[in-house]
Amino acid sequence: MSILIDEKTRVVVLGITGGEGTFHAQKMIEYGTRVVAGMTPGKGGTRHLGVPVFNTVAEAVDAEGADATAIFVPPYAAADAVMESADAGVGLVVCITEGIPTFDMIKVKAFLKSKPAKLIGPNTPGVISPGKAKIGIMPGHIHAPGTIGIISRSGTLTYEAVQQVSRQGYGQSTAVGIGGDPIVGLKYIELLRLFKDDPGTEAVVLIGEIGGTAEDEAAAYIQAEFSKPVVGFIAGQTAPPGRRMGHAGAIIAGGKGTAQEKMAALEAAGVHVAVSPADIGATLRQALSRRA
Amino acid sequence: MKIHEYQAKQILARYGVRIPRGEVAETADAAREIAGRIGPRVVVKAQIHAGGRGKGGGVKLAATPAEAEALAARMIGMQLVTHQTGPEGKRVKRVLVEEALDIASELYLGLVIDRAREAVVVMASTEGGIEIEKVAAEKPELIFKEYVAAGAGLLAYQARRLAFKLGLEGDAFKQAVKFLLSLYQAFEGTDASLAEINPLLVTRQGDVLALDAKMNFDDNALARHPDIRAMRDFDEESPLEVEASKYNLNYIKLDGNVGCMVNGAGLAMATMDIIKYAGGMPANFLDVGGGVTEDAVNQAFKILVSDPDVKGALINIFGGIVRCDMIASGVVKAARALGTTIPVVIRLEGTNVDLGKKILAESGLAFSAADGMKEAAEKIVSLLK
Repeated sequence: MSILIDEKTRVVVLGITGGEGTFHAQKMIEYGTRVVAGMTPGKGGTRHLGVPVFNTVAEAVDAEGADATAIFVPPYAAADAVMESADAGVGLVVCITEGIPTFDMIKVKAFLKSKPAKLIGPNTPGVISPGKAKIGIMPGHIHAPGTIGIISRSGTLTYEAVQQVSRQGYGQSTAVGIGGDPIVGLKYIELLRLFKDDPGTEAVVLIGEIGGTAEDEAAAYIQAEFSKPVVGFIAGQTAPPGRRMGHAGAIIAGGKGTAQEKMAALEAAGVHVAVSPADIGATLRQALSRRA
Repeated sequence: MKIHEYQAKQILARYGVRIPRGEVAETADAAREIAGRIGPRVVVKAQIHAGGRGKGGGVKLAATPAEAEALAARMIGMQLVTHQTGPEGKRVKRVLVEEALDIASELYLGLVIDRAREAVVVMASTEGGIEIEKVAAEKPELIFKEYVAAGAGLLAYQARRLAFKLGLEGDAFKQAVKFLLSLYQAFEGTDASLAEINPLLVTRQGDVLALDAKMNFDDNALARHPDIRAMRDFDEESPLEVEASKYNLNYIKLDGNVGCMVNGAGLAMATMDIIKYAGGMPANFLDVGGGVTEDAVNQAFKILVSDPDVKGALINIFGGIVRCDMIASGVVKAARALGTTIPVVIRLEGTNVDLGKKILAESGLAFSAADGMKEAAEKIVSLLK
């Protein structure tokens, strides 16, 4: 099984006619995702990659029964695209875009409080339920259908973890990139809840990094309510304080948000923490064999 | 992005936030002239992107314009060392000459994004003139907070609540409320990520002003604030970091000798970590990003090896969008042009990996390939022994 998306999810790609949108929508279609429409304001009535393009998300929802959007629009238009998607009533919004100003995201999160939409991202490679569908830019071929849930703030580090997991012989139920920005949509706890209720997920791999307290909050939730095995890895154990390490959210501020702090919190909650990034797969194997 | 105190004060003044009278001087002569106009008593303040200037000798009172000139002459051109600059200090190129004020009390105001609450938090404390982290550790009950509702902005009643908690009355109370509301406008209007007024001065006459001001800005928002972007001081940044930013490469110089080049921030951090675990020291963080071009890879490699501390390089590429063959071509091109002789270990995975490995193998250069992160890190560390 899986969470968030499967072979039935009907996706509208916002920005489908742009370079990024075209490239990745094509890859999504090849993977088996049901891309039912595109949306680019002003290009409504045309067709692109074999699907109808609409001027607005609401029209795409009405005409094609879309229930999810994939956002490939530039940073200063992306917050608006998220809000338009939510306003149109879709259940899932996946925002790939990196570079959205923090204040825009503060407004987006406030806007979303009154809407049913679940937001994944921004600054994320997306969501994939291997063998079923992907909304995003991750390479499908390193994934395999299976029972391990993946939640990560990273892009390529997630691929590294997924490949290690696949090579250990475990596939993935769903892999979710929550994004590298300081303010994002669903975070670890909401996704752990979904994985908890997914009978097809037997364990979760949690990939974090320096900055903020999302991993610490996740540790508290895991301790209190999550009984499936969790493997964790935190990147940035050697990061200097006060510097933004690529991701807008990856910064140790005022001494808080260090990798060591997060690793300790996760360990205290019973998470199997891999110290080296090369040991994520092996740690998963250990965690699962200990359980058996 | 960081700016100097004098620039932060310029921005705040635009939003109606009260600051002391003052001007920036790049020569001792100019400092004397300014002191003549706004003095005779002035404070001469070294302008660098770091705190702790006072303790480091970078903030001094002058009783006359002649004294101001002498102080400025000493400060301009000095390497000012504070607990935030590192032992090498930062070179002072200009000073802010400000009217000296009668201090009745020093308070603290700080605005920052609270990530857990997903809102701006306005913090106020009676303990001004001290590092707020110290207050937070020792007397957290003296830090008062108001969270700003998105769309509503900081509301007048919230500003009043903070001013009451600071123990202010009468004119100082009214001024503090106005100060807070204008400060929030400045924060949101400029897409700031941090605004710190430490100390917030209340004078004997009951005036409320920003004695110091620090503002940092959201890098993602700079394209919509060209005036703020123009305030960037390249001299405050490491030259290689400045060079890298021209190509949209995320590069941060560190202390070690193993240079690394990776696609993806999380993977780049993890690569630094694994180099350390293999017994090496990373020389830098370098994320070439998802949509990088062959030219950018070329430039990235050049920047990497132009750091004299770098004795070997580890390239770790997991190609999702990024194509391994393009990375390989870019690196080969750069290495050939530079005549690179330092050992380079390359680990490629993902899209077009076989083609990438082929390009490396046929290049005739001394590049070793590695199959996993652990092998790659151990290989480069052993090559440097």
